[in-house]
Amino acid sequence: MEPKTIIEKIWDKHVVHQEEGSPDLLYIDLHLVHEVTSPQAFEGLRMNKRRVRRPDLTFATMDHNVPTIARHIINDPVSKVQMEKLEENCNEFGVEIADINHPDQGIVHVIGPELGLTQPGKTIVCGDSHTSTHGAFGALAFGIGTSEVEHVLSTQTLWQSRPKTIEIRVNGHLGSGVTAKDLILAVIAKFGVNAGTGAVVEYTGEAIRNMTMEERMTVCNMSIEAGAKAGLISPDETTFLYLKGKRHTPSGEAFDDAIAEWKKLATDPGAEYDEVLEIGAEEIEPQVTWGTNPSMGSSVYARVPFPEDYEDPGDQKSIKQALAYMDLQPGTPIQNIDIQYVFIGSCTNSRLSDLRSAAEIVRGRKVHEGVTALVVPGSKSVKNAAEAEGLDTVFKDAGFEWREAGCSMCLAMNDDIVPPGERCASTSNRNFEGRQGNGARTHLVSPAMAAAAAIEGRFTDARKVKPLVV
Amino acid sequence: MKRIERQGFGQFLFYNWRFDDDGHPRDDFNLNEDQYRNASILVAGKNFGCGSSREHAPWALLDYGFKVVIAPSFADIFYNNCVKNGILPIALNQDTVSELFSKSKNGYELFVELDKQQVSDASGAVATFNIDPYWKEMLLNGWDEVSRTLSLEDQIKQYEEKQLVGE
Repeated sequence: MEPKTIIEKIWDKHVVHQEEGSPDLLYIDLHLVHEVTSPQAFEGLRMNKRRVRRPDLTFATMDHNVPTIARHIINDPVSKVQMEKLEENCNEFGVEIADINHPDQGIVHVIGPELGLTQPGKTIVCGDSHTSTHGAFGALAFGIGTSEVEHVLSTQTLWQSRPKTIEIRVNGHLGSGVTAKDLILAVIAKFGVNAGTGAVVEYTGEAIRNMTMEERMTVCNMSIEAGAKAGLISPDETTFLYLKGKRHTPSGEAFDDAIAEWKKLATDPGAEYDEVLEIGAEEIEPQVTWGTNPSMGSSVYARVPFPEDYEDPGDQKSIKQALAYMDLQPGTPIQNIDIQYVFIGSCTNSRLSDLRSAAEIVRGRKVHEGVTALVVPGSKSVKNAAEAEGLDTVFKDAGFEWREAGCSMCLAMNDDIVPPGERCASTSNRNFEGRQGNGARTHLVSPAMAAAAAIEGRFTDARKVKPLVV
Repeated sequence: MKRIERQGFGQFLFYNWRFDDDGHPRDDFNLNEDQYRNASILVAGKNFGCGSSREHAPWALLDYGFKVVIAPSFADIFYNNCVKNGILPIALNQDTVSELFSKSKNGYELFVELDKQQVSDASGAVATFNIDPYWKEMLLNGWDEVSRTLSLEDQIKQYEEKQLVGE
């Protein structure tokens, strides 16, 4: 048999219907739903008197605009309506929902894996571009628009054109204290925000193999920031170990059978991709973005670039615009940039290992004067686990705010907003203009780098802020 | 993004460009000029619609009254979301788009014929454009994609039985 990539294997297995001159009709194994992109889709079902075809393959939660302080005080009437509507729609159509009071509530891309809903070989969609997170398990997972949400609800399928395949090979080992977030930011800085357009990316190489599942999720999460439709990693023992004993994962003998199937998914030796990109892990240092798209970033030891450093006049113009918005002078050392806000959270970096790595730096220290710092766990279960280890105390003692689970300040759809002109060290995934609030300036970093920035009041190499023995 | 309907997003289209901080229309934004008031074709710059998967962007264009967007290039998901909402995105080369920019004033009229895949004005054809036959048929027939898929119900069922979906 001809060798195949994992992308082709999953695709071929899910084709329901194929015809000349038309995209393929793909079966969808798991549909995750949240309050912002679903109300119009459910309304469409109602208007056309349609049902949800497979409520058993559909799972909903509330994350984008849930309050993270007082759970029941929702100041924005539209947020309130969106959440009520989701509850109502799920009840009417028989879809399981982890609502704001439910112990499983959390960011949709955090709870899918936590509950074992996310599994190797599945096709997974959600009305959200960071659905690529689930690719960490060797699933084909991508974001869709609301019309497509409606289509999946009513048919459990989607019309999709076969994507290009790209291998991003990460050679060698990451240095000690260099994180998965630094890796993916460095990949995007190197290859650009259009590198993956029209393609699905598979991440391979030693550095990826050595990563934990939570680290792999951080990498796959930002695939969309490189323009890719999805990003995934062939499953291995690390994947199987993570999934063992999760609520929705098969158990006992069925689990062994599942592993046998999952093992067949990995890309075959000799399989060809449309394109191969390579990066050396050793060359990567802790990253900080300085601009208004995720590729505008560099090592913490670099300086803010000069627009003239770029050849293309279009690039020069966009760098100029970005620096004007960010209020940064070319040539400024990254380490001289002061910050006023720190946000540790989002579907990129809000899992237990992220909070641990930030807490290690924060323990026994104080948040710098004039800095507002938030920790927003990705789910209730992450929050409980962190509290069981006393991480909440570490953060609170240092002057951090310890919040309830949700998307929060990543996109400022709830009350967690960075004020105009203020600068935020954020562990989230997008630094677009206005993303964290009108006029807010976002610098994307890892949890350790965000923690170090909170303590110092400016960017600094987190590896140099040694843990204190308390 | 903060509505639960598909309608009513037109008022938010290009909001920060159309309106100042007090909510008054800005004189210097061309959609606010009389000559463009009832325009149904939008001519735009490259990589138009880049951002996220949110369908709220095409909903706003449609609700405002645009039926066609012409640009040198489009972001992937935005392009799909346009077609699924009955908006025709047309990619033309940069020179043609620049020419349209300079001509589009004082009552200039442009005609778009999807069946011929052609854009023309009073003086004749301006350009032809490419579109995937699947999308073209969908736009011309005003298909409901869900109905089309539901006609394949037997195949979906067969797939589910064969793959033991949900078992």
